[in-house]
Amino acid sequence: MLAELGLALLWTAATLSLLQLVAGALALTPRGADLAGLVRPVAVVQGLLAALAFAALIALFAQTDLSVKLVAENSHSAKPLLYKIAGTWGNHEGSMLLWVTVMGLSGAFVALVERRLPEPTMLATLAGQAFVSIGFYAFLLFASNPFTRLNPVPPEGNGLNPLLQDPGLAFHPPTLYVGYVGLSVAFSFAIGALVTREVGPAFARAMRPWVLGAWIFLTLGITAGSYWAYYVLGWGGWWFWDPVENASLMPWLAATALLHSAGVLAARNALRAWTVMLGVVAFSMSMIGTFLVRSGILTSVHAFAVDPRRGSFILALLAIYIGGALTLFALRASSVTEGERFALTSRESSLVFNNVMLSSVLGIVLLGTLYPLLTEAMGEKVSVGPPYFTPVSAMFAVPMFVVMAVGPLLRWRRDGLSRIAPLLALPLGLLVLAGLALVLRGGIRPLPLLGLALAPALALASLLPLRGRDLRRLPLPTWGMVSAHFGIAVALFGMACDSAFTAERLVALPIGESASVGPWQIRLAGIMPVAGPNWTALEADLVTSYDGGTEVHLHPQARMFWAPPQNTTNSALHTRWNGQLYTVLGEEAEGGRWQLRLWWKPFVPLIWLGGMLVALGGVLALLGRVLGDIKRISMRRRAAARRIGPRA
Amino acid sequence: MSTLAPKHQRLVLIVVALAALIGAGLLAAWALRNQASYFYLPADITAHRPAPDSAVRLGGMVERGSMHNAADGVTVQFVVSDGKAGVPVRFSGIRPALFVEGSGVVAEGHMGADGTFVADNLLAKHDEKYVPREMKDAMAARQAVKDAR
Repeated sequence: MLAELGLALLWTAATLSLLQLVAGALALTPRGADLAGLVRPVAVVQGLLAALAFAALIALFAQTDLSVKLVAENSHSAKPLLYKIAGTWGNHEGSMLLWVTVMGLSGAFVALVERRLPEPTMLATLAGQAFVSIGFYAFLLFASNPFTRLNPVPPEGNGLNPLLQDPGLAFHPPTLYVGYVGLSVAFSFAIGALVTREVGPAFARAMRPWVLGAWIFLTLGITAGSYWAYYVLGWGGWWFWDPVENASLMPWLAATALLHSAGVLAARNALRAWTVMLGVVAFSMSMIGTFLVRSGILTSVHAFAVDPRRGSFILALLAIYIGGALTLFALRASSVTEGERFALTSRESSLVFNNVMLSSVLGIVLLGTLYPLLTEAMGEKVSVGPPYFTPVSAMFAVPMFVVMAVGPLLRWRRDGLSRIAPLLALPLGLLVLAGLALVLRGGIRPLPLLGLALAPALALASLLPLRGRDLRRLPLPTWGMVSAHFGIAVALFGMACDSAFTAERLVALPIGESASVGPWQIRLAGIMPVAGPNWTALEADLVTSYDGGTEVHLHPQARMFWAPPQNTTNSALHTRWNGQLYTVLGEEAEGGRWQLRLWWKPFVPLIWLGGMLVALGGVLALLGRVLGDIKRISMRRRAAARRIGPRA
Repeated sequence: MSTLAPKHQRLVLIVVALAALIGAGLLAAWALRNQASYFYLPADITAHRPAPDSAVRLGGMVERGSMHNAADGVTVQFVVSDGKAGVPVRFSGIRPALFVEGSGVVAEGHMGADGTFVADNLLAKHDEKYVPREMKDAMAARQAVKDAR
């Protein structure tokens, strides 16, 4: 019953999004003006219905209703409840339902609260949002129905990939999706502003909080995903340049560029066409990512099902939406009037530079991700990995970091480098000193060396905008910028430390023997069997001590899941202020020895701490913008009340 | 620095942005040619051996009776075969689950000077659902070995 209800809700939501598109488009014409009142309520109801359909699917998973095909294929009655619920989006159909739910809810949110733009622009925006939604509703209903029944009902489900049975999975995909799909709002705003020719500072100010919101979730999702891969996959790496990781990085790069160019448009009324373009590109990257991940064209833990029809369906959607938006852009770009001018040495210029560098990195990642698909079409199988991505993107990221340090110190419109040179002396000195010290120490490869030398100088420079300001009266968005830039420096330091100083050991130890890695002494005290709800495991008892200090017990496991039958290694980690010890248990070797893989990774947690600081920066900026808007609106209301007051 | 006329300013911006993007594109194309790692079957690798320092992936079947554990307890040697040729492979590390003789495997690494393939990473078949892309080719090789008998 619940499955049929969910399907009915989905169909109704799809129909409403069609109504939203038609009513929104007609309301822009002189004869359809009376339809204008319909668009916002329809957008809200559409979003709610999609959310209810998603709730129905969660309920089906929670009660393990095996008569539903999706549940039978991806769940198992013996799973813990958390993973039953998380299993809802741990498969193709469920994750696409989550996609349209987020899309519907963000449209509903915009319809409810966004009142800063002229109503025609809002109507066009909401129609644009519906236009994109329809395609994904169609994809869900015609090619990936999550509510299909199964007859006969199987006695037990297939279970969920054990790699996905981790608390990280419960939060990582929804977080990432809110960010990914939240960018659809920027896309719709860009379409709305192009249709009504309203590209200007007001448009940028209205769009910015929505982009910020999506960007915060994207940042958190990428950070969490990286940590998840780090400790679940047991390879000790935190970023693999896997196509799926790239699929989340590309919208992030575009959204980061968009945030900065929207800042220029809002403050200085420049970079108009470019900002609109980025609004289109950011969500296009989300859609390309979905195509790569969900079409079955790639195989990874994220690629749930291989069905060529789905691939062509998403490809068609991509062509329609990206092609359509770019055509609209081409038609209207010339009518987007020229923005304000600025000098070569100015805040604007530094932001333009940042945008060009971000776009270059985006292009590099996109090319590298698509290259294997292109060559395979020509009959050659290649894979592209870190030896391509890391140095080539660093070539553009490093100049961007330097400008990131200088840009915030520059004034809008026109400035002289001589004014800020004294300010920059300190970070520059730090850079030179750190660089010299590292070169003299020796044994560090060029790229990590560059990162290690740059990071402290960047951290210092990112604090410089605070200098000489009254910290209690500093606007929240400025705090946000400082936090985000500081976070980038912190993360960069963590990454450079990881590649420069990681110590690794691979040993086969008999019980009672010790091995060392970096400053750590590790003794294998014993191996014992343990059992969980749907797995059994061998667990090592490792007695570890840092530099002869207090003993810490770590328990890495080799787990055997029985539904589906699959083995995983569960690493055990110990975090100190100056790094992380990472241990993995392998199999038994001859002579009663056990394989152990041990890493000492100095300062590696800074990577994720930095990511969180970047996200925190986004939160502060968003808070500042929203509070500012609320204040402005309430002041306008009070002023209006005063005007009316005496007459009454 | 003087402010440029709006028209020139837009032109300069576009030229700079295009130059950077084209530069990035050319650099990427050049790096892709050099850094992409190619997929080989054992027969391909014996026919034209890749340069010793280039990253390649080798796929095929772990030949029965070829697996030997080294004395250090963490290194394993085996032969990957596609029915036409066999390549000796050495791997130090924790083996993936379901990595046994007769199974399909994709080894990532490079060709050593002594003709042994040194694997940094092994991808084995996890289960029915999550098959590495090249594994299909490796499995086809495995089938070919069986058919030959």
